[in-house]
Amino acid sequence: MSKSDSGISNLFWQQQEETVERPFLEACQLHYLRQTLRRVYDNVPFYRERFDKAGLVPDDIRNLRDLQKLPFTTNNDLRETYPRGLVAVPGDEIMRLHTSSGTTGKPKAIFFSRQDIDNSANLIARALTMTGTGRGDIVQNMMTYGLFTGALIMHYGAEKVGALVIPAGPGNTDRQIALMQDFGTTAIHLTPSYALYVAGVLHERGVDIGKDLNLRRAYMGAEPYTEETRRKIEYSLGVDVFNCYGLTEMNGPGVAFECAYKNGLHLWEDYFLLEIINPETGEVVPDGEKGEMVLTTLRREAMPLIRYRTRDITMVIPEPCACGRTHRRISRMLGRSDDMFIARGVNIFPQQIEQVLMSVKGVAQNYQIVLESLDDITVRVEISKDLFDGNIDHLISLRKEITDKIRAAIIVKPAVELLEPGALPISEGKAKRVIDNRTM
Amino acid sequence: MDKVRQVSVFSENKPGRIEKITKIFSQEGINILAISITSTNGFGIIKLLVDKCDLAYEKLKENGFSVNLSEVLAIEMKDSPGGLYEVTHILSENGVNIENAYVYVAESRAKAYLLVEVKDIDNAKGKLSGTNLSFLNMIKG
Repeated sequence: MSKSDSGISNLFWQQQEETVERPFLEACQLHYLRQTLRRVYDNVPFYRERFDKAGLVPDDIRNLRDLQKLPFTTNNDLRETYPRGLVAVPGDEIMRLHTSSGTTGKPKAIFFSRQDIDNSANLIARALTMTGTGRGDIVQNMMTYGLFTGALIMHYGAEKVGALVIPAGPGNTDRQIALMQDFGTTAIHLTPSYALYVAGVLHERGVDIGKDLNLRRAYMGAEPYTEETRRKIEYSLGVDVFNCYGLTEMNGPGVAFECAYKNGLHLWEDYFLLEIINPETGEVVPDGEKGEMVLTTLRREAMPLIRYRTRDITMVIPEPCACGRTHRRISRMLGRSDDMFIARGVNIFPQQIEQVLMSVKGVAQNYQIVLESLDDITVRVEISKDLFDGNIDHLISLRKEITDKIRAAIIVKPAVELLEPGALPISEGKAKRVIDNRTM
Repeated sequence: MDKVRQVSVFSENKPGRIEKITKIFSQEGINILAISITSTNGFGIIKLLVDKCDLAYEKLKENGFSVNLSEVLAIEMKDSPGGLYEVTHILSENGVNIENAYVYVAESRAKAYLLVEVKDIDNAKGKLSGTNLSFLNMIKG
């Protein structure tokens, strides 16, 4: 039992919605689904074409299962309809733009109406309330404010429950610690890699977490991490860590959240329709089976997405949760069905690095990305056989050029290793570009 | 051809690399006269003066190495105290900057050669032509 466990598992932001009986929840889902389908059919040419191709109209979707007749929306569809191709409302109803990195050049643009922002804040409010954060709490938000959804959506949710929000953003760790000490921060929102870093600095500075700080909870998301990492952070910061899941395409954080029992994440099924599919065949798999998560927005106004392939691998935990919420839980993310990876909280696709390498003279086509921790990316690249001039200074500047260009492309600064031609394995078919040695 | 050329090989900084290069040389009957290794964080360049540089270049390339052949100045010096000083004194007086240098001691041990890499070899040769330095003009293969 964790310290915030006792007595808070019965706290609800919207008790009726959160504990609604399944049959009624599913009836609501169908209602919102049909509304969404009609909206995209009428307003988004991209989706109307999809219906036409399938020989369907929205009214043909009579039950939740019928949704399987419609094709998936992919990452690539977002790129091809960039920037505004999937918007379903008049331009003046859009109030916010967020973006997320895509596999190549173009980002994915996600739009929010006023109601969409309020809805996402509402889901965060449920999550904060069920884990004990509310009025009187001091939430230090250490995610990046900006185009990334992580910080702003949490910010709005924390304000909604009446907490005092410190919009600290990430970095400047000594100032973070000073804020925690001076204002008695009770909850923090940050990436696991930054949490580990902060814990290290606190230790170095000799801060007594029991006496000098008032921390109780840490909300961690944006990066995958293991149960061991959670326990390490809980111990070193003296907090309960709650796992949160989100993605920019689905509003950002707050799609699914852990309750006080910390055993899987409740996915808010009155806002998102959940399917788990076999990523190879596209078939829906039963609860309890591992697969790729596919989400349909049920209440999104500005930019509804139908059967969006998240590429995240997880599974539904079928058993009901002791907290009383009826919204099903998903397990922590078990992997990806594409080759995206996350370092320092940034989504990175190998193709972004590949593009850089192709623009640099003096290196060969073969490369490998090695991940040893959440912070460090090593890019191993073979030097070209033909452009070698025997000058070590040229190689040093080549390495610097590659480092700088990759950093400009993906924000994170990599370590670059220059290898002899042929040093990397040549794999049959699809090359394995990312070697993930992380234990997190 | 009146040139002394060295073979430069790119190598990752890890065990077994020089072994692999020298194995090729031994199979091909290539003799190493002098060797220099420069390394930085993670990788390095091995420079070799060999008796059959064209063959060495070809064989290394065949075996997948990044190789380069480049001309160096091979300046004769006495194999005795003060020998290196005499040579470098003349180089500096004539404004020739050494990018990289290593030494080849001839079999007789009567002479040694300072192998000097410079940025612009023709320019350096011009500057040094009036001095009393003697150069090795070619390596007999």
